[in-house]
Amino acid sequence: MTDNKINIPTAAELTASGKEIEILFWVGCAGSFDDRYKRVTEAFVKILNHTETPFAVLGEEETCTGDPARRAGNEFLFQMQAINNIQVMNGYNIKKIVTACPHCFNTIKNEYPELGGNFEVIHHSTFLQQLIDEGKLKPKDGNPFKGKKITYHDSCYLGRANNIYEAPRKVLESLDADLTEMKRCRSKGLCCGAGGAQMFKEAEKGDKEINVERTEEALSTGAKTIAAACPFCLTMMSDGVKNQGRENDVEVKDIAEILGSSI
Amino acid sequence: MMEYVEQIIFLGVTVLFVFLIAKRVGIIRKAIGLGKPGMPQGTRSQRFREMMLVAFGQKKMFKNFLPAFLHLFIYVGFVVINIEVLEFIIDGLAGTHRIFAPYLAGFYTVLMNIFEFLALSVLLACVIFLIRRNVLSIGRFRSREMKGWPKLDGNLILIIEIVLMLAILTMNATDQLLQDRDPYYTETGTLLISSTMLSLFEGMSTEALVFTERFAWWFHIVGILGFALYVTYSKHLHIFLSFVNTWYSRFEAKGKMENMSMVTNEVYSMLGLPNPAGDTPPVEGEIPRFGAKDVQDLKSKNILDAYSCTECGRCTAECPANQTGKLLSPRAIMMAVRDRAEELAKSGDGENGKSLLNDYITKEELNACTSCNACVEACPVNINPLEIILEMRRYISMEESGSPASWNMMFQNIETSFSPWKFAPTDRFKWADKFNNGGAETTVTD
Repeated sequence: MTDNKINIPTAAELTASGKEIEILFWVGCAGSFDDRYKRVTEAFVKILNHTETPFAVLGEEETCTGDPARRAGNEFLFQMQAINNIQVMNGYNIKKIVTACPHCFNTIKNEYPELGGNFEVIHHSTFLQQLIDEGKLKPKDGNPFKGKKITYHDSCYLGRANNIYEAPRKVLESLDADLTEMKRCRSKGLCCGAGGAQMFKEAEKGDKEINVERTEEALSTGAKTIAAACPFCLTMMSDGVKNQGRENDVEVKDIAEILGSSI
Repeated sequence: MMEYVEQIIFLGVTVLFVFLIAKRVGIIRKAIGLGKPGMPQGTRSQRFREMMLVAFGQKKMFKNFLPAFLHLFIYVGFVVINIEVLEFIIDGLAGTHRIFAPYLAGFYTVLMNIFEFLALSVLLACVIFLIRRNVLSIGRFRSREMKGWPKLDGNLILIIEIVLMLAILTMNATDQLLQDRDPYYTETGTLLISSTMLSLFEGMSTEALVFTERFAWWFHIVGILGFALYVTYSKHLHIFLSFVNTWYSRFEAKGKMENMSMVTNEVYSMLGLPNPAGDTPPVEGEIPRFGAKDVQDLKSKNILDAYSCTECGRCTAECPANQTGKLLSPRAIMMAVRDRAEELAKSGDGENGKSLLNDYITKEELNACTSCNACVEACPVNINPLEIILEMRRYISMEESGSPASWNMMFQNIETSFSPWKFAPTDRFKWADKFNNGGAETTVTD
């Protein structure tokens, strides 16, 4: 997948030309602004293009879902954001949303319906798994992860919050990678430390950073690739790897990047 | 009249304990009633299934085999041995002795042997639990909140159960000896566990045996009544409330936070839009509080959660904040809610100037939560500490504007730039330039 010439239509453009929006790709703030995580957005867009999935984005009309505001206690701000986003999406008659961010996923899927936003919401891990199952995505035989040790770090907002444990693992298994579990995995997975709006403040006083604790566990598996499926996890685990001085031999990647470089 | 003395005393003692227990139940109901109504959704069959699986079937206990296995013995012992208490009560009131024995004949022997086997299992399990609590260094029993009364409470429960089981076995041992000496004592057949204790009592005179048997009988039944009363003051209340609590389980995705419809009204009117759900009429009288400062601002379910908590600490052991040395312990949150609700229920409606926030739970604890749901997942009886933490954060943010400075900054960023980070909203779609420009900017590296 070397083709960088991809047209990324906005919902406004499609609607203006009288087209239906089949799938809205909700990019999220990290996917739009964070330099590292923009590479995940790019990888995912290339997969969408490669599989000829018709999609649109909101572009500049997208705004924060309100998740961090709500978790930090600011219900007013959350609802302002939510109701605005719902107005925009209902205006474009959006039916189905795919997003790579588990926090956006959780909020739009579980919390927007009470405010009038009823969409079919799907996380990119499930979406990628479906593409593989349908035979639309086939990892190359000699893909770079074949036989390589990978450990998958569960995102709390995918796992415990929404019971999605297998989809990201199936994506990695499709590469014939050697998926090695950490002791604390699936429903017992340890948080990266960023949820509940912790991403936006320093940790409280303690004797260790949560991401360091988790990264040590990931490194102890011997895997050279730590797979994540959440922008916050990706940041926290990358920082953890740097903290351990292992950034030269261990990489932290989103499952879309891993899959994208294997097809 | 004299021949009825024992029965009259028994009746008096039973009535006294039932009265005291009923009084405590009244206080607990009042404490739970301090909260706001609003029970979770779920159909009756869904709730029943959850109660049978989680409380009755102990599904979530079996994530950790050894304690689950030992706990199972105590649990089954508790349930089954209480069948024997029925016989105790009938005997006590009617002045009979082992009233079921003649009716059940050989089956009585089987039944008594099952009770004895369970009594021994309970006894051994309690001894192992005492060792786990006091000798082995199991982190969750050594946390900050497990000092003083909570530690004593945990040990007392185990010691009381051991003593009660010893009373049953002593009673059966002396009874078996008396069966050979006095036809009043109905044949029970050989009771396997207590018959190993016969040598302890064999040398005693018949009078001393009668006294010991009676003493053990009284000790056991008064002990059970006393324990039932004790339970209402103790974390051990979980033996009843875990059933109630799992019945009222929530069945939504764990990640979902409850919507505040009070806020929805205001947001729609601020945006100048009609509320599609229809305006909820304004609340008469007191202006409702946003979020929770005290237990009255929580839901009754949250307080029921607190009373159902047996302080096992599985939540705290799984909490990422706690594991990395932060002050937060989900168990301490539940204990604080219970203590505060209990205080308010006992003192009538005296506010005493204290509140759950600050006097029982600090901001530092609340601010450390990552909302990861590990505590919720870990709880064997479906308690949800996270909901309480998030409700209290709502109070701090919306009523006090007391969130940490960096959160206030994040709020400001969302308000002005529509992103928690301070980026220009017009830059939001810049990531796509390299694609839309026809791949002119080919920095993509894969």
